[in-house]
Amino acid sequence: MTLPHANLTELERKLLNDFQHDFPLTPTPYADMAKQLGVSEAEVLAALAHLKAAGAVSRVGAVVRPNTIGASTLAAMSVPAGDLERVAALVNGYPEVNHNYEREHALNLWFVAAAPDGARLQHVLDEIAERSGYEVLSFPLVEDYHIDLGFDLRWR
Amino acid sequence: MEMNIELNTHSIPPVVDDTDRRLLAVVAKGLPLAPRPFAEVAARLGLDEAEVIARFAHLKQSGVLRRFGVVVRHHELGYGANAMVVWDVPDDQVRALGRCLAGFDFITLCYQRPRRLPQWRYNLYCMIHGKSREEVLSNLEWMVNRCGLQSLPHEVLFSRRRFKQCGARYHAENKEDAHAASG
Repeated sequence: MTLPHANLTELERKLLNDFQHDFPLTPTPYADMAKQLGVSEAEVLAALAHLKAAGAVSRVGAVVRPNTIGASTLAAMSVPAGDLERVAALVNGYPEVNHNYEREHALNLWFVAAAPDGARLQHVLDEIAERSGYEVLSFPLVEDYHIDLGFDLRWR
Repeated sequence: MEMNIELNTHSIPPVVDDTDRRLLAVVAKGLPLAPRPFAEVAARLGLDEAEVIARFAHLKQSGVLRRFGVVVRHHELGYGANAMVVWDVPDDQVRALGRCLAGFDFITLCYQRPRRLPQWRYNLYCMIHGKSREEVLSNLEWMVNRCGLQSLPHEVLFSRRRFKQCGARYHAENKEDAHAASG
């Protein structure tokens, strides 16, 4: 489902754009957001629940910086088109995998995996290689240049 | 396969204790949409609300968290095109070029990663989101000119299908959750 700009209410647009970074870490965050937006807490909760159900909001929560807790990596595989759905489903089956995309390249399956430590992460990658029958290339982060302030949806 | 996990070279590794890890596991799928969400999280872990809030504030302030807030899904909001663009940059120029790329508002990620020769020569990655393929390519061209990347080998890997997108789970909260999350 997609929710183009025109299908969103003003409240939904503000909830999506203005609280990616400045979410109140207070006992009643939704009431505090409501006060700031001039609406009721019930309206904020209902709008967020709707956006989550529609898929526009993944979650309200923490985005962990890579390599601060545990270990993570970006991995890639080159899988023949006819076998891609099987391998993608196999990769998706691991709770350690949080993103998994087909991309336009000979290396056509790209996924991100995270685990409590490097040994467990390596075990997951080795198992995926063994079960799928294809090599898994791992590209762990060396340096992060982006300062994440959220994604400006450019509605203002 | 060689693993090469390095800590961010610009920060002292922050101290994260077991309670922090349990907290992050509990909210990995999202803070409850309820009037007292931190109290609900606290109750699940046998902590008090004030401690939970203080711990999240500290994790944010110490840099363990990039941010705490609403996590949007670009595709569902009309940003249907996304490309991972990769460059082969001389090692001594990666940091300067990475910082240049990271400054553009349509860039959502920008990383240095190791090469894997002979299969993969690229060491600088960024992610560009846009409403269309044309918008992504136009932003890419603008950025390449502004940062002086014209002569460097690169490839543009548009996404074709999204098989999975969710928050990272460093620690599965329990087996049942892990199973549900993988479905």
